[in-house]
Amino acid sequence: MEIIELTAVQLAQKIRSRELSSKEVVNYYAERIRSLDGEINAFITQSFDIALKQAEEVDKKIAKSEEVAPYAGVPIGIKDLIVTKGLRTTCASKILENFIPPYDGTVARKVKENGLPIMGKLNMDEFAMGSSNENSYFGPVKNPWDLQRVPGGSSGGSAAAVAAGEVPWALGSDTGGSIRQPASFCGIVGLKPTYGLVSRYGLVAFASSLDQIGPMTRNVEDAAALLEIIAGHDPFDATSLDVDLPKFTEEIKKDVKDLKIAVIKELSGEGIDEGILNCFNNTLKKLEDAGVIIEEISLPSTSYALSAYYLIAPAEASSNLARYDGVRYGYRIENAENMLELYMKSRSEGFGDEVKRRIMLGTYALSAGYYEAFYGKALKARRLIRQEYERAFETYDLLVSPTTPTVAFKLGEKVSDPLKMYLSDVCTVSANLAGLPSASVPCGLSEGFPVGFQIIGPALSDHLVLRLSKAVEDATQFELKPLKELKK
Amino acid sequence: MSLEKLLKEKGYEAVIGLEIHTELQTNSKMFCGCPARVFGLEPNTAVCPICLGLPGTLPVPNQKAVEWTVKIALALNCKINEFSQFHRKNYFYPDMPKNYQISQYDYPIGVNGYLEIETSKGQKRIRIHRVHLEEDTGKLVHVGRTGRISEAEYSLIDFNRAGVPLVEIVTEADIETPEEAKVFMQTLRSVLLTLEVSDCNMEEGSLRCDANVSIRPKGSTSFGTKTEIKNLNSFRALEKGLEYEIKRQLETVLSGKKVVQETRHWDDANKRTVTLRTKEEAHDYRYFPEPDMVPMEISTQIVEKIRSELPELPFEKKKRFIREYSIKEKDAGILVSDKEMAEFFEEAARLSNNPQAVANIILSELLYHLNESDVWFSDIRITPKHISDLVNLLESGKISSKIAKEVFAEAFKTGKNPEEIVRERGLEQISDDTMLESIIYEVLNENPQAVKDFKEGKKQAIGFLVGQVMKKTQGKANPQMVNEKILEILSNN
Repeated sequence: MEIIELTAVQLAQKIRSRELSSKEVVNYYAERIRSLDGEINAFITQSFDIALKQAEEVDKKIAKSEEVAPYAGVPIGIKDLIVTKGLRTTCASKILENFIPPYDGTVARKVKENGLPIMGKLNMDEFAMGSSNENSYFGPVKNPWDLQRVPGGSSGGSAAAVAAGEVPWALGSDTGGSIRQPASFCGIVGLKPTYGLVSRYGLVAFASSLDQIGPMTRNVEDAAALLEIIAGHDPFDATSLDVDLPKFTEEIKKDVKDLKIAVIKELSGEGIDEGILNCFNNTLKKLEDAGVIIEEISLPSTSYALSAYYLIAPAEASSNLARYDGVRYGYRIENAENMLELYMKSRSEGFGDEVKRRIMLGTYALSAGYYEAFYGKALKARRLIRQEYERAFETYDLLVSPTTPTVAFKLGEKVSDPLKMYLSDVCTVSANLAGLPSASVPCGLSEGFPVGFQIIGPALSDHLVLRLSKAVEDATQFELKPLKELKK
Repeated sequence: MSLEKLLKEKGYEAVIGLEIHTELQTNSKMFCGCPARVFGLEPNTAVCPICLGLPGTLPVPNQKAVEWTVKIALALNCKINEFSQFHRKNYFYPDMPKNYQISQYDYPIGVNGYLEIETSKGQKRIRIHRVHLEEDTGKLVHVGRTGRISEAEYSLIDFNRAGVPLVEIVTEADIETPEEAKVFMQTLRSVLLTLEVSDCNMEEGSLRCDANVSIRPKGSTSFGTKTEIKNLNSFRALEKGLEYEIKRQLETVLSGKKVVQETRHWDDANKRTVTLRTKEEAHDYRYFPEPDMVPMEISTQIVEKIRSELPELPFEKKKRFIREYSIKEKDAGILVSDKEMAEFFEEAARLSNNPQAVANIILSELLYHLNESDVWFSDIRITPKHISDLVNLLESGKISSKIAKEVFAEAFKTGKNPEEIVRERGLEQISDDTMLESIIYEVLNENPQAVKDFKEGKKQAIGFLVGQVMKKTQGKANPQMVNEKILEILSNN
């Protein structure tokens, strides 16, 4: 079997059994990135040298029969919002174009400790703000299914890299759908874990109360494996949960029979493309055949989710991004007359349009006299949404909907209309507002493009979300075509 | 004319509220593991990615700092909020690495307390509005001829102080005079020192004070327009700055103009306040709950545990000193104003049967020598036992109070026991009647004019004669006794 055909878990097995060396795998993927990424543009920074060194270390240990981590030697790509010591971390922004972090975040540290060679830092929408990956200072990422189309965003580089077979797996981050929407557009599996399950220490903040790092993989088993690597309590993150974790790779093997799920009515009808609904409903039928009990539920407050999200996330962002001011690091204009000019010009020139739009939105929402009407109201809506989900989970194990209202759209199609762009997140944002685990699993094609099946579970039911994801995967037998079609 | 008189004459009164910041001397900073005691360190050596606010870093609250803030709030008789929360205060300034300060807003740790103070006019209760916890900022160093921002060629930033736990204490506008403000700060300082949470060094900035001040016609219930004064970095600056500002406001109002709401800077060199920024330039801080942290729940059990561990506070100690040692109220007030002084006194008072005499020596001789040699209790050689011995020597009439001063000076310098000093130097008082009488006769014979004056009714001449006897005995005679003897001899002849 060719390396490209092996999942991350399979690669790990072959590396451990010395059928393959980690170095061979890294070299293989490096070669593939070299030949494909000129067009895909999934990487902002490539770090093959570092990856090779890490691979050699793993190989050496295995040669000496020393203990290695379960998935040691399998290369990975990391969204460029996750801080990596000594390796440029740009957040796809001009303002951090040359920022080399002096420390490793918790997830980066875990990736290294687990012996996963880092192939490079993946493209994204600037500071994770966007749904098409067109807001990157380093240029848009192309969808491997069709280079005229967007890969989704903001983790577009991560999704495209996995779908194109440039890396076996990748890390993304999800604030309002930034893992699930691109996963859906590119035909891969993406999981946004329960808020607090994965440390945010070292994840450059967009909206602190919503952000969560998660796995983006070819299949559900890889997602479970990668989650095992990155999840866990972290004393460096005060919002990190201190709980015992199930073994996700075992959990996905369990049966879904008698699992009681409900389709979210508001997210599965009006406003969703017909082709997507067909795929979604077909999948439901197959799940029913597998013994899953399926009903429908109305969650009226989800209609406020998008509005609440686009107040809360920009409000937090306006504060989180205040530190980029040209004083200590990052982009700084030359010859400022005074402090104020240094701030204003460095920020005006350093940030892209969408980032500036959201900083302004958020600043306004928090301003004296407007706070209650905007931010305060949004917090109330958020509370309602959370309560509605909690009530729903008294009856149902999981809730489902399509991940996106459309399949991957064309590059440039929505850039001039931010509101239309924001609507791409309509199905995904409420899980972030409620802090719930949510996955997107490919469930078929519409007009030849992948459709994502979204699963949302109660807090800390990540194992259950993954279990149903596995059932969807088994039922649909989705094929990630670009892996074979894109030749290196 | 004194400010007080001036205000009274014009029918005005001042209304003052204080905002105090004190740095906590915890082991580590508020949200990271860097050391919190940073004064005097090389610039930017006590920093890490977290307190530098580097992308991706997160704050984790220092539990000790939270507990200490509860402790301060309890000592100031505050109610502790069971639910407390950090907020972000957003504004751009280069000494703030994140361009927001993690502070508290509508759920501070402590609210509605008070502190009793003792002024020249008696006891007064100053209400405490709130006690909250936040992080300190870095420090700008302006490089140029004067070191002032307006004349700087460029500025450097030292982030050592960024993230040091900082407690803010806000009073109600209960303070009426600059003296009250000063006494409040002194009392608060002694409370904080007793709690051992801060070294409260105003020069080094670990205790800082801003004042809000306004004036209004006496008896009015509404407030006048206030100004905020910054840079009041010593007790003296606080008092002088307020005096200046109240006078300035009074003159403004009396000349028919209006006081402008603004922030003013106390210029200590020129002894005046100057405009720093006006209301129009005030920030909209856009406070919102800190999303990187979960709200704090401070349970009743924790509060009660901290309360039970509170040390004896100066105000309570003062009451106890008056009760147990029967010393003057004023003396007790001064003794408890410093923890080390109070301990020193108490140890000496326990060894002596005259605590008031012990207090007298500490408050006169000891304070004088401490001042002169610029040291404090922890650095001295004289012990509480020495003080009580000295009191015994005085009480038993073995030495005069004049000699006591000498003995004290020697003991302070050398750490020798007073009894030993008296013995070695032969300083015991002459209490032998015949010996004293012979010296007195000698003096009377040598000073016939004074004797004549006395007999002619100039009673004050006796003072001169007593002085001569004291001189001849090198101070070792008991002046009271000498006086009586001279009177006896002269009235018999």
